[in-house]
Amino acid sequence: MLQFIRDGESVLVRLTGELDHCCCQQVRRELDALIAQPGVKTLILDFSALQFMDSSGIGVMLGRYRLMRDKGGAMAVIHMNPLVTRIFRMAGLDRVIRNMDASPKGQNRKMPQEVPSR
Amino acid sequence: MNESILQQKRSAPALRNEMETHFLSIPENEAFARVVVAAFAVQLSPTVSEVADLKTAVSEAVTNAIVHGYEGVTGVVTLRCRSDIRGVITIEVEDKGCGIPDVEKAMEPFYTTRPDQERSGMGFSVMQTFMDQLDVTSLPGQGTLVRMKKRIRGCVES
Repeated sequence: MLQFIRDGESVLVRLTGELDHCCCQQVRRELDALIAQPGVKTLILDFSALQFMDSSGIGVMLGRYRLMRDKGGAMAVIHMNPLVTRIFRMAGLDRVIRNMDASPKGQNRKMPQEVPSR
Repeated sequence: MNESILQQKRSAPALRNEMETHFLSIPENEAFARVVVAAFAVQLSPTVSEVADLKTAVSEAVTNAIVHGYEGVTGVVTLRCRSDIRGVITIEVEDKGCGIPDVEKAMEPFYTTRPDQERSGMGFSVMQTFMDQLDVTSLPGQGTLVRMKKRIRGCVES
């Protein structure tokens, strides 16, 4: 369900497939294992390869956001598509989770290299 | 419980197509229902965004049937789709599960009976936002019928 690359304190995770109620338990488990790694301060979720998300994804995002916040870190999202953006806005997630697509070019856009595709 | 769409042909605009399928209330069938609805909608020449809307709405309704209607016990979910000559698609998702005691309450944004499971309580809000019309009929102990309608804009009248 996900591919990831670690660069120092950051983990870039590319979500793949479909994030619905059926799959969210597994995605949650895999993300939580990554977050639990020592020294992880920033979690960046890449939505470019995610084909579908419904409201089940809201709980997953909010839960991981809280976990990162509680361990003194941060969470951001990147490569949002219109469907995911709409669901984020409905739930107010866009107000708490930083969207790196919206950042001015080059500014503070420190992130690991592209995730290699398998 | 309301009459199903398959029994209401007389008053509605002329029918273009319709289908009905039954499946077990297992989470794997959330994806199955999305694919069925997308395949049904293709005949109306929807945009990519309209297909995404339909898939998301039906995903929410089927998830509700599985998680809340049958509360994890395996039952049968019925999915009906109907399209008319104006390009309006009607989707029904019906379960014979426990029903919703207070539909109005259940439809409030962020209301959830399962906050411990990281459920967002946004299911009905998503259906409302992504479809043109949403009606929920429920009888405690007998089940829930969710009926949603959406006009496919680019659809040419047949």
